[in-house]
This record gives sequence, C-alpha cells and structure tokens, in this order.
Amino acid sequence: MNTASSDLLTLVFGIFGVLIFASAIGYVLQRRFAANGPNAAIDNLNARIKAWWVMVILIGIAFIAGRVGVLILFAFCSFAALREFVTLINTRRADHWALASAFFIVLPIQYYLLWAEEYGIFAIFIPVYAFLLMPIISVLRGDTERFLIRIAEVQWALMICVFCASHVPALLTLNIPGYEGRNVLLIAFLVIVVQLSDVLQYVWGKLLGRTKIAPNLSPSKTVEGFVGGVISATLIGASLWWITPFTPFQAGVLAFIITLMGFFGGLVMSAVKRDRGVKDWGNLIEGHGGLIDRLDSVVFSAPIFFHIVRYWWSLS
Amino acid sequence: MKIMIAEIAAAAFVLFARAITAVRAIWPEHGLPSRPCVYFANHSSHGDFVLVWAVLPPRLRKLARPVAGAEYWLKTKVSTFIGRDVFNAVLIERERENRTQDPIALMTTAIDEGSSLILFPEGTRNQTDARLLPFKSGLFHLVSARPDVDLVPVWINNLNRVMPKGEIVPIPLICTVTFGDALRIAPNEGKDAFLERTQVALLDLAPKPLGSGE
Repeated sequence: MNTASSDLLTLVFGIFGVLIFASAIGYVLQRRFAANGPNAAIDNLNARIKAWWVMVILIGIAFIAGRVGVLILFAFCSFAALREFVTLINTRRADHWALASAFFIVLPIQYYLLWAEEYGIFAIFIPVYAFLLMPIISVLRGDTERFLIRIAEVQWALMICVFCASHVPALLTLNIPGYEGRNVLLIAFLVIVVQLSDVLQYVWGKLLGRTKIAPNLSPSKTVEGFVGGVISATLIGASLWWITPFTPFQAGVLAFIITLMGFFGGLVMSAVKRDRGVKDWGNLIEGHGGLIDRLDSVVFSAPIFFHIVRYWWSLS
Repeated sequence: MKIMIAEIAAAAFVLFARAITAVRAIWPEHGLPSRPCVYFANHSSHGDFVLVWAVLPPRLRKLARPVAGAEYWLKTKVSTFIGRDVFNAVLIERERENRTQDPIALMTTAIDEGSSLILFPEGTRNQTDARLLPFKSGLFHLVSARPDVDLVPVWINNLNRVMPKGEIVPIPLICTVTFGDALRIAPNEGKDAFLERTQVALLDLAPKPLGSGE
C-alpha cells in the first residue's frame, strides 16, 4: 500500500470516528430532549448527520475510483447545482438554447478539459468563450426584455456552479514535486477544512452565539460562531499538514484563507437566496436544503486555494 | 412482450423526468385519498402527467390513468404505443363534431372500473402568461355523473420552463408537484360556482412567483 492510500485510510477512519461521535450525540439529545415528541432543532441535527454519512461515503467511493471517479462526482455536483441555480433565475423562452448549451455543452466540456489536463483552455473556457458565446445564442432570438439581467444571471450561474466547482477536482492536475500520486489528499484537505469550518461555526454559534454577524443576510450566523469556527477549523487544518505538501504553519495559513472565503461565500449565496425570496436552494440533501446550501463555501474557496497551491507549489 | 416493453418504457420515462426535474411532491395535510379519485392539474406541457405519475406512490400510480386527446396520441404508431400501452391513457376525442364516443362516458367507465384519472380541466396546454386558463365544463359534467368521487387539485410548477412549446431539448430545472386536500361537488352546486371553486382550489396551491422577496 502506498503512502497516499494509507493516509487516505487513516483520514477515512478519523472521519468515521467523528461521524460516529456526532451520531452518538444526536442519539443522546434525541433520547433526552425529544423522547416524547418531535423537536425541530434536534430532528434537523440528526437529519444533517445522516446526510453527512451519505456524503462522506459518496466522496469515499469517488476517491477509491480514482481520477475519473472524482471528475464524475463533481460533474454531477455541478449539474445538480446548476439546476438549482437556473431554477431561481429570470429566464425567458429566448434563453432556451443558451441554457440547454450551458447544461449539455459547456458543463461536459469543462470537465472533459480537466480529464484531458488542458489547463490553458480549462482556465478561460467559461470566463471567455462561454461568456461571449452564450449572449450571442440568446440575442439571436431577438427578445430584449430584461436582456442584461438574463445573460448576466446565466453567466453567474455557470461561473459559480461549473467554473468554480470544477476547481476542486482541478487540484488533481497539479504537479507538486515530492507529492506525486497524493493529489487526492489536497481535495480531502480542502473539503474537510471548509466543511468542518461550516459545522464548527454552527456548533460554536449554537453553544455561545449571542451577537448576530449579518442579521439581514443570515439570522443564524453569529460573531461567536464565526470566530470560534474559523479558529478551530484553522487549527484542524494546521494539524492535517501531514496529508499535504505544506508545513504545519503553511497548512494553517491556507486553512485560514479557505475558511474565510468559505464564510463570505456563504454570505454571498445567502444574499442571492434572499434576493430570490427562498430559504433553501433546493431539497436534495435532507436537513441541509439544496446542494448549493452545502457547496457554497467550497465553491468560493476552491479556486483561490487552487491558485495559491498552483503558484507556489506546483510545477505545471 | 408488448407489456414488458411498455413497463420498461414507463420506468424510463419516470427516470428521465426525475433526472431532469428532480421532481418533488408536496402532499396535503390529510394525505391522498386511498380510493380511486380524480387528480385535476394545470396543464402547460406534454410532460405534465408524467410528473404527476412519477411522484404518486406506486400503489396509487398503478390506478392512475391520464385523460388525453386522442387526436394527438393516435397520430403515429409510437405515440399510440406510448399513450395506450405505456401510460394506459383514457383517450378522448376533443373535437365535438367528429366524435364517435362520449368523453364523459369513457371517463366514468374508467372510474367505475376502479381507476383514478389525471385530468387537465383547462382542456389544452396553457401557452399564455395567465397562471391558469378558465376550466372547460368537462370536470363538472364528470362529477355530475359521479358526485361521490374525490377531486384532488394538483399544481405542477416549473415544467413549462423545462420544455416550452416547440422546443425539443429540455432544460434541467427543479419542479414541484403540490397536491391539495380532496374536495367534492356540493349538492345543487351550479356549474359556474363549481368550476370557480375548483379553479381557486388549484390556484391556492401555486407557489408565489420568484424574486418577490420575503
């Protein structure tokens, strides 16, 4: 067994340990406070933990399946996220072909380019080519009603759900000396830090939360949760240095950047939801809401994390 | 053999509809009637009854037969197979002049045989900006003949954006199918009052338009 898979195994056992611990707490809370009837907060907690089991197992299967497995998993995530996003935007019949090509042409090409490791075109395909071609497809129908809003929203949907999300599997294409064959652990590092940061902000917020940090955007986010979550996720990130090409200090700094981007990404996506008048992006993940509700922080941190690692650590 | 192909095709339709629309049902507070009933829904796409069909629990799905226009479904061999064998539709002739069979009689026969109906009382696909077209009188004539049958309003949301008329490629968008509590015709209820009441019951299920804030 090479070091990558033995490290991965250690990580998986660690995560299972955390989930078993969380499930046990959920069970005790359920028995103690909600034995005689439903309790919305505890039921939601238990639904979330259950969904975490499913998500961890799915990601685990993708990791075992290797590069193609990870690409397929994230291509499906992009598809489901784009579907949630486009459901909420202003579209008109004139956008039909532009939207169809977003789903069935742009999205597959973006992931194909990752598979082919064509970084040069991967990095500009959506920001340049889709950006210019999508409004051309829309304008051919001659419908000018809310035109700027429509084309801007489609581009935003593609940037968030496809371009940014595809930077998670893009970590596999980096060529880091002395780290060959272990890139999948970079994905694990990013996803674990950003998701733990979300979870820990929620936990610290529930335990100590007093002061709302953004009452207009997200009534459940508190200053205490934010500070506690960022500090603890940064420390956990630093302590995971052994799965990365970084020193413990570097791992901590990167974890700090990831958690900050994740937090502000969550705020931005909350503001979009408020604007559209919905509470959740969808209902794909029981207890969490839609896929974007779970992915928003990953999507905002992935490209930044990718570029920092690419610039300072990678040869390609 | 034909039955097997029809069953595989039905499963494929449902799978495809779910993959594109991630369709989710919202059930009424008191649940669906367990006896055969009439589901009446808004109509904006050919896929409408597939979505209703897809979300119904298997036990109720087996009973449910869509009511559809014979002119449309009997046009080609493939569409005849889909309409008759796959979806087991009650095919009615919409043009009054050339009718050979009474649509209401076809529907009451199906109900008497223990089937549920999926009915689109607007009579045609809604291509307008109005949320609902005025109901045709078919629903009233049907319940006048069978007054003890439960009527379940069903609002299908978003499917018109998935595949507008004349398009061939569907856009993946999340759809919901909202079922309301069952209602019945009241004794001595007139046609206009009844149609008005059923339209209101259906519109009540429609979610508010997007972007309206909170």
